[in-house]
Amino acid sequence: MSSSLFQSLPDLAAAIHNGAKLAIPKESSGAAMAATRELLRRGVSDLHLLCVPVGGMQADVLIGAGCVATLESSAVSLGEFGAAPRFCDAVRAGKIKMLDSTCPAIYAGLQAAEKGLPFMPLRGIVGSDLVAHRDDWRLIENPFSPHDTIIALAAIQPDVALFHAPCADRFGNVFIGRDRELMTLAHASRATLVTVEEIVDCDLLGDVSTASGTIPSLYLSAIAQAQHGAAPYGFHDHYADDEATLARYALEAGTQVGFDRFIRAWINESQPPIAMAV
Amino acid sequence: MTEPATETEFSATELLICTIAELLRGVRHVAVGAASPIPGSAALLARAQSSGATRVSILGSPRHNSFTDGGVELFDLAAQGRIDAFFLGGGQIDGQGNINLVGAGNYPNVDVRWPGSFGSAYLYFLVPRVILFREEHTRRVMVPKVDFVSAPGTSNDGVYRRGGPYAMVTRLGVFGFDRDRRRFKLRSVHPGHTLEEILDNTGFELTLPDQCEFTRVPEFAELELVRSKVRQEVAAVYPRFAAQL
Repeated sequence: MSSSLFQSLPDLAAAIHNGAKLAIPKESSGAAMAATRELLRRGVSDLHLLCVPVGGMQADVLIGAGCVATLESSAVSLGEFGAAPRFCDAVRAGKIKMLDSTCPAIYAGLQAAEKGLPFMPLRGIVGSDLVAHRDDWRLIENPFSPHDTIIALAAIQPDVALFHAPCADRFGNVFIGRDRELMTLAHASRATLVTVEEIVDCDLLGDVSTASGTIPSLYLSAIAQAQHGAAPYGFHDHYADDEATLARYALEAGTQVGFDRFIRAWINESQPPIAMAV
Repeated sequence: MTEPATETEFSATELLICTIAELLRGVRHVAVGAASPIPGSAALLARAQSSGATRVSILGSPRHNSFTDGGVELFDLAAQGRIDAFFLGGGQIDGQGNINLVGAGNYPNVDVRWPGSFGSAYLYFLVPRVILFREEHTRRVMVPKVDFVSAPGTSNDGVYRRGGPYAMVTRLGVFGFDRDRRRFKLRSVHPGHTLEEILDNTGFELTLPDQCEFTRVPEFAELELVRSKVRQEVAAVYPRFAAQL
């Protein structure tokens, strides 16, 4: 067992330094909300937050708490609970630098990084106003075919990727199942921090049915167990959305005062008991 | 034009579902983005009507989505030509088919900020039948010129493009899009609404047909499918929506 990989939640969150380019996945792939709470407790600042490829409450709370200097995302919303109020407010007021993107461009930038390439070309996008506001996107000519303008997107290499996953084995391998963008994220990022629902006694790489959906420990920097670590978001078959809390957030975060009140209570909520089995 | 006689009662939502399903006729594979219950229901209806020949992928639904390559798979499928139809909306849509999902006002510090462009700046270029769906049909949505082009309706020569606007469906009517002339053409007015209402609420010029038609009223068999099989299937993705259907 690689014991140094397994850390407490506060220690894991401490690896996210001020000014880091921090990548987080869309909620349905596993938002590390318990770790985000640790970041709020600590008061991390000046993050370049990259949403892969869209953000929700996790991005909104980091923005509302003043942790974010630059936001790179294709969209931020609370889904069926409506607009992301702190995001909308911060953009209107010019409190954050916004790098508006489009979903496949974020994946392509990460894929460039995982291949060690300076950029990745991608179809579409030419003629969108997004291009004019991105220094890291360039229109180039297809070198193989004349009269074909194509966009080149600079590689995106996050300093840290942070997400929540179903389980890790004692060797530090992390199961992600179908959420393959988490694999791309781990490949592309300098450091990958993962919270997991549970730590299992099997070898995830020893069984072909789990191996193909497993990030090998070589990509991982830290793992912390956090039961209900994605709450108030639901997490696969483990638990459903805490709709009451999500709805209350959407309402209270409508003003900065309401947001501050919500966050004070939220970060002080007692955590569910965590088995310190490792 | 005279109001068609309606033998069967149906809701405005059911009309939209049946109308969109008709636009999906013959499609091999339709993908539906997140939080799109009406297009999702229409896609499931089209699948039922095609006896399963039309494949449906609904994002965010483990049950109606066979993707195993992560979030990038939808976009790779589109690039491979394996997605024939997709839905886009817009906080603003203009007469050239440009869509704005970013915000109203001067970018970046817009007056009203919307979530963002999602995959529109890519899929609009690559999916042959993009159906613009926006229930609200007012002059604040249907504008002469969008404040920000998330994705352009058309492209000049030298830009790879095999997709774009195929039709637009709103609460008032159905519109086609002429890619050469770069403008919308009114196809039909929904029952209960008028041409005048459409013109009053559209901030750009439309091509009008010689003879103005009403949108086809759903047949009883279609409504039965919507109320049984489709409602059951869509409940797995949008339970709240299905309960109201």
